Amino acid sequence: MSELLAAGKLEVRYHGRRVLDVEELTLCEGELLAVLGPNGAGKTTLMRVLSMLEKPQSGWVRYRDWTGAEAERALRRDAAVVFQRSHLWAGSVGYNVGLGLRLRRAGNNEMAERVHTACTALGIEDLIERDVANLSGGEAQRVAVARALILEPELLFLDEPTANLDAEVRAAFREDLARLTRSTVRGTLLITHDRAEAFYLADRVAVLKEGRLIQVGTPSDLYENPADPYIAEVTGAEFTLSGRVVGREDGLLLVDSGGVQLLSLGAAPDGADVRLAYRPEDLVLADEPRESSARNRFEASVTEVRPVGGLVRVRLDGPPGVVAVITRSSAEALGVRPGSRVTVHVKATALHAFPI
Amino acid sequence: MTEIILRSLYVSGSALLLAALIGLPLGTALALGRFPLRRTAATLVYAGLALPPVVVGLAVYLLLSRSGPLGGLELIYSPPAMILAQALIATPYVAAITMAAVESVGPDVRLQARALGATPLQALLLHLREVRGSLVAALAAGFGAVISEVGAVMMVGGNVLGETRVMTTAIVLETRRGNFGLAIALGGVLLAIAFTVNAVLLALSRQSERRLFPS
Repeated sequence: MSELLAAGKLEVRYHGRRVLDVEELTLCEGELLAVLGPNGAGKTTLMRVLSMLEKPQSGWVRYRDWTGAEAERALRRDAAVVFQRSHLWAGSVGYNVGLGLRLRRAGNNEMAERVHTACTALGIEDLIERDVANLSGGEAQRVAVARALILEPELLFLDEPTANLDAEVRAAFREDLARLTRSTVRGTLLITHDRAEAFYLADRVAVLKEGRLIQVGTPSDLYENPADPYIAEVTGAEFTLSGRVVGREDGLLLVDSGGVQLLSLGAAPDGADVRLAYRPEDLVLADEPRESSARNRFEASVTEVRPVGGLVRVRLDGPPGVVAVITRSSAEALGVRPGSRVTVHVKATALHAFPI
Repeated sequence: MTEIILRSLYVSGSALLLAALIGLPLGTALALGRFPLRRTAATLVYAGLALPPVVVGLAVYLLLSRSGPLGGLELIYSPPAMILAQALIATPYVAAITMAAVESVGPDVRLQARALGATPLQALLLHLREVRGSLVAALAAGFGAVISEVGAVMMVGGNVLGETRVMTTAIVLETRRGNFGLAIALGGVLLAIAFTVNAVLLALSRQSERRLFPS
């Protein structure tokens, strides 16, 4: 894939405090890149810098072959931005959706036609005449997206587009974003703190924490090889296990956790205290030891059983605090209840040790 | 009487036009600009709201009187002198309200306009569009301050019949003469004009309120 937008050595400081320090980031042609991070990580600042709406203290941004003022001009022409808090100018939905075209001095007929097309794509064609003061949150955000897409941008920047929507509206809106970003734009940068949104929509995810990119990769990369406890957490891992590195075996760490020795991925010196990230659904429970490719196996007593929807969350006391999630039917077949004994199988690659 | 009414409208309308030409850009610059002494300038503009019209009249009189620095222009006791004095009174109103209105919107509006492809000038106009109601209110306040003003126009206009007599100075004169009927009639017309102009301007201002989503 060829490069559409790239940036490097970016540094932004507010009142002397460094809020962004990005070594390198690239958005490729046809790609949807999500920037994921907690609140205050610098995501919006990164978007503003990449869209050249804000100048960094140092660093460069390249759009296609352009840099500097040329890139800025080209981005104003080719890029559209949807802000987390989109400002709708006083007036009708139609006025707002057509505003970018009006600024480009499009003719009235062309504008009316394209406003209708853009509104139809977002399912708000019945609202064209409505005053923006009378819109719901979801409708207003659709207006903001229509206002961006009507410009037929090569590049689309979306800053937390679903953050202010309630759950039901968000799901439908996310589907529309998936469809529209694939069909109309050459590259999309999605800023979000919602891991589900990032992993559902993105080709690659860049994880930003305290202004720094800590990992950039496909959702599978991040899922399988989290580089940081935060990434492990956002990909659904839990940290209820801890222990100490007591040795190594086949490139894996041997970790003693409450008297149970577990093989795990990770990098830590011998004797280091570590937290073990794992996904509770990766633990397989059985009523007795069985043949398995999983290299970790231990006996445990069930201490708590809690149904969660169609699944059951089982707390165990093998290594203290370990949790497994199994289906209801598995729980019934195994007769899982407080006090019962089970054998736990878990692959070494499902455990990631992070030094404390 | 018609002549006096028309002269009042001419003087105060011209003064408002001057005040708008100075006050709207000044208020906008003070709200958005980042330059040395901005805060001091803003404080001076707010202080201008409390400027006594007679002091303005005195300053303009000293400026334009025959022995003043601009005495050679021979503008004292003429409508242009009255317009100048009233413009000085109205400008702080226009500038201060403009400044507060423009500041109330926040810089994100221009950023979002820029993101839609607006030039810096277009982004500024889109910013001002969001506060156009308040800008109209600024003009209404400026007009209200000058149409009813008497001290400054009396000092620099001289209340010369057929040349510089306006409604407020005529009311003062007719009251002194004991012509209460005429004074009351002029007062009624003055009130009607002041109310009508302000009502029209404020009705315009209510039509457009700033809308931000989400609030």
